[in-house]
Amino acid sequence: MATPHDVAGAQPASAFTGATTAGARHPALATTRSWLTTVDHKRIGILYGVSAFAFLLLGGLEALLIRTQLLRPQLGVVSAEFYNALFTMHGTTMIFLAVMPLNAAFFNYIVPLMIGARDVAFPRLNALSYWIFLAGGLFLNASFLFGTPPDVGWFGYANLTTLPFSPGPAVDFWMLSVQILGVSSIISSVNFIATVLNMRAPGMTLMRMPLFVWMTLVVQFLIVLAFPAVTVGLIFLMFDRFLGTHFFDVAAGGDLHLWQHLFWIFGHPEVYILILPAFGIVSEVLPTFSRKPLFGAPVVIYSGVLIGFFGFGVWSHHMFAVGMGPVADAAFSIATMLIAVPTGVKIFNWLATMWGGRIRPSVAFHYAAGLVALFTIGGLSGIMHASPPVDLQQHDSYFVVAHLHYVLIGGSLFGIFAGLYYWWPKMTGRLLDERFGKLQFWVFAIGFNVAFFPQHFLGALGMPRRIYTYHRGSGWELWNFVSTIGAYVLGLGVLLFLIEAMRSLRHGARAPADPWDGRTLEWRTSSPPPVHDFDAIPPVYGRDSFWREKHGDSRGQRPAPRPPTPDPHGIHLPSPSFWPIVVASGLGIAAFGAIGFLLGPLVVALFLALVRMYHRDFTPGETRVPAVPGLPSTPAGEAVDKAGD
Amino acid sequence: MNGRAGILLAVRAALGACALALGGCAWDVPTSTLVGRSDLAHAILHVYAIITWTTAIIGTLVFVVLAIIVVRFRARPGDTALPAQIRGHTLLEMSWTIGPALALLIIAIPTIQVVFRTQSAATPPNALQVTVRGWQWWWEFHYPELELVTANELHLPAGRPVVLRLDGPDVIHSFWVPKLGGKRDVIPGRLNHITLTPDTPGEYWGQCAEFCGASHANMGMRVVVDSAADFDTWVARQKAPPAEPAGAAATGKTIFAGSACVGCHTIDGVSAGVLGPNLTHFGSRTMLAGGMWPNTPENVAEWVKDPQRLKPGVKMPTLGLTDDQAKAIAAYLSGLK
Repeated sequence: MATPHDVAGAQPASAFTGATTAGARHPALATTRSWLTTVDHKRIGILYGVSAFAFLLLGGLEALLIRTQLLRPQLGVVSAEFYNALFTMHGTTMIFLAVMPLNAAFFNYIVPLMIGARDVAFPRLNALSYWIFLAGGLFLNASFLFGTPPDVGWFGYANLTTLPFSPGPAVDFWMLSVQILGVSSIISSVNFIATVLNMRAPGMTLMRMPLFVWMTLVVQFLIVLAFPAVTVGLIFLMFDRFLGTHFFDVAAGGDLHLWQHLFWIFGHPEVYILILPAFGIVSEVLPTFSRKPLFGAPVVIYSGVLIGFFGFGVWSHHMFAVGMGPVADAAFSIATMLIAVPTGVKIFNWLATMWGGRIRPSVAFHYAAGLVALFTIGGLSGIMHASPPVDLQQHDSYFVVAHLHYVLIGGSLFGIFAGLYYWWPKMTGRLLDERFGKLQFWVFAIGFNVAFFPQHFLGALGMPRRIYTYHRGSGWELWNFVSTIGAYVLGLGVLLFLIEAMRSLRHGARAPADPWDGRTLEWRTSSPPPVHDFDAIPPVYGRDSFWREKHGDSRGQRPAPRPPTPDPHGIHLPSPSFWPIVVASGLGIAAFGAIGFLLGPLVVALFLALVRMYHRDFTPGETRVPAVPGLPSTPAGEAVDKAGD
Repeated sequence: MNGRAGILLAVRAALGACALALGGCAWDVPTSTLVGRSDLAHAILHVYAIITWTTAIIGTLVFVVLAIIVVRFRARPGDTALPAQIRGHTLLEMSWTIGPALALLIIAIPTIQVVFRTQSAATPPNALQVTVRGWQWWWEFHYPELELVTANELHLPAGRPVVLRLDGPDVIHSFWVPKLGGKRDVIPGRLNHITLTPDTPGEYWGQCAEFCGASHANMGMRVVVDSAADFDTWVARQKAPPAEPAGAAATGKTIFAGSACVGCHTIDGVSAGVLGPNLTHFGSRTMLAGGMWPNTPENVAEWVKDPQRLKPGVKMPTLGLTDDQAKAIAAYLSGLK
């Protein structure tokens, strides 16, 4: 019986080598098919990156519409309702569909390479989390096609989200897609926890792990612990909307604080989920281009872990205005201020890393140093509203809009761009043009600051968030105008990157394996790496192992070369599979079924998804050995998911 | 007074240095958070100034160090020698852990003091009580002792403490009049309070600060702080029955009384609806429809004819009034001084 699994399994080479082998099939078809069925962490990383960048452009377009509407007082570029949908979709898109998956792109591509592994612990689960993410993203945006985009804010405060106040399917789209995206995130983080804890090359102790791997690990724990809280809230909301329960029905005794607590117990760690990967990237980029080790690496690691812990104890600083009383306000205020200590330590350690270095100011370095500067602004404005009295004047005003964009663009996105410029040669085998890159950096950085610094002033002048228009005479006219111009320049900066990326993919100079004189293991293999990452699992001599091999330790002492770790089983690679995309689309169909109250499709889709999951989990895959000359081959038939043994 | 002026100056100088350099922006706009006109606002500005200066100093320090680094430690062309491979320095790292923690005390101590001072459970003895109800998308103000109900325009006497009881009938809103102090959410099923004493007569703008649906942007209010005497005059006028209309206004009254208006609006002696703003002294208010547009007969006519145009999503239905009917109703309402 020819199931899709068998068909895919019959042509394993197509998934390893892209379009080159596909038997009698059309090459384009074979390429498409190889991407749809891939379980290779590098390809999944690229899928994440490309999809997330597309969503970043979409969210950016929504932002530009928002800024255009606010260019002058009383404009009618978009309607009030559509404006509300725009900021809801902008927030949800940027957080769940752009920054998180852009980080995931690096987790996927880089982390296995950095720890000297050949893939993640559960490769097909990895593909599943990508396809579920895509299903969730497409489902959320399908709401535009139905003319009912969500319009209740990315935070979806109850009871505005309940049926009496939001009758249409708009909230359903939002509530279901965030649940789907949560499934994807949790699956992925379980996978990466297992990968980092179990699949490190021999010799790579936890304290020798690169900072980016450390921050990845912390983020996975944050995801596993934070998403369940919002999922509980979303299930309550779903019960209220679909089944008529009263969790958020005040007349029936519902309590509206409940949603806010559940949401922010997730929502605040989410901020660290978005920013810590950027901290990890910067902790790799700054040492590389300063040609010095990371200053006080253990302290930077501990402070990252500490930020993760503290991140769960500060959620109510989003709720100083709800009236929790002075004791709770004071407690959450102090906790929030405390988090500034480990964050400050990171900033100072980065500065000390650069201090005394021989800085090669590459574009990646520009973005990393830019993060140090701009995140400092975002962090300090964060300390300002850690104080409840001050927060009561800044909360829900443009001051907070400025603050959060300094954290999420000045922090996260600058980190992501640093990572893109840093790892682009590794991921594509091509170099980006450094001079054009610097132009792109300055356009992006200037646009960003012109767009968002004046929003501090708007907040100080009392402009609330989420208003689609304002009046002449409010005193907000000038800074709104300036901010909008800045937003256009920022948009141009993103466009410039896209242009250069396209050019580099076709005409960029070929990248060597180690273009930056790198420190970590990913630079020890070719650019791009072979499908099995490393011909032999690399030896690990300490932190910055590859640098030690090239330059020796701090006294210039080179380690005695160690023979590669014996590989008694040869190279195991999992076989490609259609099941992940099939299971993921089952979730998407189920969500549509839920919205339409089409019980039939809902049950059928859920049933299919379950059957397929069962089938997937209990059918042993086959080990396929790619044609790598000179490497020992392995007989087929061993379980795929043991690739990391 | 001197200390207070100093604080104001400090906040403005720190926050606004860049803005002033860019062409002298005025901070005293109607909703400025940097201009305090109540004891609550001054208490907040006290902390605000301390935090602004502390963070500005730390920020400047980081920026100066970063600037030195990128200038001084840039590799010279051709210089391929490795710099000293320094892995860390325990004393330094301890000092920049402990230092910021101490700096946080500068912020934390006044913060906690002000938190407890401004959220005291005790009601001042001679306080004026006002119940604030946030509706989609307008404000209702109820003075229980004075037996007055008004909408979108809150009158308060200067120099007398007021306790605002925040109560929500539909979704969450947030009461925010920046010059009188920080915001507080209006949450259905929960009772919140703001206690403050306005100190300077004047008109202060406010606006809902928690997203509350389609016309969140159109949920404004004015707070008029009167001298004690002016406040008493205002109360007396609000308690008097509305003037009896004549001419077009009398026609307007007939139309009003015979239409769906009466289902939601109260006008003493005419109707008793409670879902929309009380209109008994509508003509005495300066603004219309959630404090967003000047209360002129023309605007009122336009508003009653097509409320959705001025305020998307508004609950007030379009009644299909003719131009003449709308004008007559406008004349009637504007006359309700």
